[in-house]
Amino acid sequence: MRSAIPIEKTPATSRARKTVVPAQPSVPPRRRQAPLGEIVLPLVGVALLVGVWAVVSQLAPFLPNPVQTVTKSWDLIRHPFFDRGPNNKGLGWQVLYSLGRVGLGFGLAIVVGIPAGLILGRSSVTRKMWDPVVQVLRPVSPLAWLPLGLATFQAATPAAVFTIFITALWPILLNTSAGVQQVPPAYLQVGRILQLSRRKMMTRILIPAALPHILSGLRVSLGVAWLVIVASEMLTGGVGIGFFVWDEWNNLSLEHIILAIAVIGLVGLGLDRLMLAAARRITNQPLG
Amino acid sequence: MSQFLQISDVTKTFETPRGPYPAIQHCTLSVGQGEFVTLIGHSGCGKSTLLSIVAGLTHPTTGGVILDGKEVTSPGPDRGMVFQQHALLPWLSAHDNVLLAVEEVFPSLSRKDQKDRVMHFLDMVGLIEAAQKYPAELSGGMCQRVGIARALAMRPKVLLLDEPFGALDALTRGHLQDEVLRIWQKFGQTVLMVTHDVDEAILLSDRIALMTNGPGATIGEVVRVDLPRPRNRRVIVGMPAYHDLKVRILEFLYERYELVS
Ligand SMILES: Nc1ncnc2c1ncn2[C@@H]1O[C@H](COP(=O)(O)OP(=O)(O)O)[C@@H](O)[C@H]1O
Ligand SMILES: [Mg+2]
Repeated sequence: MRSAIPIEKTPATSRARKTVVPAQPSVPPRRRQAPLGEIVLPLVGVALLVGVWAVVSQLAPFLPNPVQTVTKSWDLIRHPFFDRGPNNKGLGWQVLYSLGRVGLGFGLAIVVGIPAGLILGRSSVTRKMWDPVVQVLRPVSPLAWLPLGLATFQAATPAAVFTIFITALWPILLNTSAGVQQVPPAYLQVGRILQLSRRKMMTRILIPAALPHILSGLRVSLGVAWLVIVASEMLTGGVGIGFFVWDEWNNLSLEHIILAIAVIGLVGLGLDRLMLAAARRITNQPLG
Repeated sequence: MSQFLQISDVTKTFETPRGPYPAIQHCTLSVGQGEFVTLIGHSGCGKSTLLSIVAGLTHPTTGGVILDGKEVTSPGPDRGMVFQQHALLPWLSAHDNVLLAVEEVFPSLSRKDQKDRVMHFLDMVGLIEAAQKYPAELSGGMCQRVGIARALAMRPKVLLLDEPFGALDALTRGHLQDEVLRIWQKFGQTVLMVTHDVDEAILLSDRIALMTNGPGATIGEVVRVDLPRPRNRRVIVGMPAYHDLKVRILEFLYERYELVS
């Protein structure tokens, strides 16, 4: 519906933006990159990394070199979805199990975090009441919550989902609240003159105005959730990419661990790109 | 005597970190039905504060405002407001910005009648073609027109204009002034406008309220503009009455209440 908003700015639009849209971060014009910069330079970077790795593996005998790594994990690379019982599944399955937990915890964090953020952003009384709680809990590593999750649910998966929920909650909550507080007062005055109901004030004015902030909160929290799931699975076991890493450590298979690191990184990158694309689609503007 | 819009002894003191700041004091002004009254004064004297009290967006510390026999206690669509920075919602098209207002004020109209009403008012400000465009795609003058259409579409008892042309270039400003004049004549709309442009005030107003400087600004004098209507800017500037009026206002603003800076 909003596809009509042009990305490039004419002088008139940039003037209008400056005065009305402080809630939306201004975006520097994207540089037009030559194909050289798009493809060749990243490849050079990867090649350099592999080179350094090869050199280091010569100096440190415990570290497998790149060729060993690929040959020893070739079976895992070729068959990502084999299934030989509950403790022996392909990397694809491991990743999907982890993604499932992240998705569930992240979804719960959205359901709780956005409404809570809207309330905190709107009411300074609520904000003052909850600020100390949030300030104290936010810097706690989400993994510290894992034992509480285990004690509560008596099972690994709900405990991991709970941990992800706590992880993802803070960025969503705080960004939503900040976004709501930064809504230009003139928009709220328009709502007051029209005597919008509380609900319409939220849906027609506050949420659309805070949307860029909310979306960037979602992006941050999904990134952290993916960081945390690996660690929490290492602690709880079961099926999942984090447990896979731990299992391979017990097997002393550094080749498989290096492969898993690459996979975790690529999946994380994919998730981030996906969030960015979704955010761009929703707001019709590049967010950064 | 009670007027259509009666501002009675309004004082507003802001609580600031550096103590209370009395922005305006004892402001009294009445506006008759269908009258066009302008508030003029130096920037920062408290014009927007007074207008926002009439809109119900700000509560006066003492005093009050009565519109059409009812005391103003909160904002409402019977006071259509046009902001200096247009305040259109950037995620809605021009059409949908006006529609949001129409939906709220005329909930019993059918969807089609609501949309017809939107198009009618966009047409009045000459923006039919731009209806589906977003504020970022419109020039400052066009945004201001949408803001005027939005305010008029609420069928307000009084139209409140806060320096609506302040951010525009001289040519666009002239066009919009003519447009507001035309709409005012057509509807008999009561208007209270804020400006710091003396020529604009004389061209548009029946009466001009001159504000003293803050802190504690008040309405120092109210002058009547006895120029024949319909007014044409090129014709009235040659009239002696225009000249006298302008001298009188400028004298008030620049000799008696010059900004001490
Ligand atoms: N919310 C507020 N809190 C404190 N001071 C304010 C507030 N709003 C306005 N003021 C002060 O009141 C004075 C009048 O402001 P304003 O009505 O915006 O002036 P004008 O519209 O005539 O330029 C200014 O000195 C301004 O700094
Ligand atoms: Mg002002």
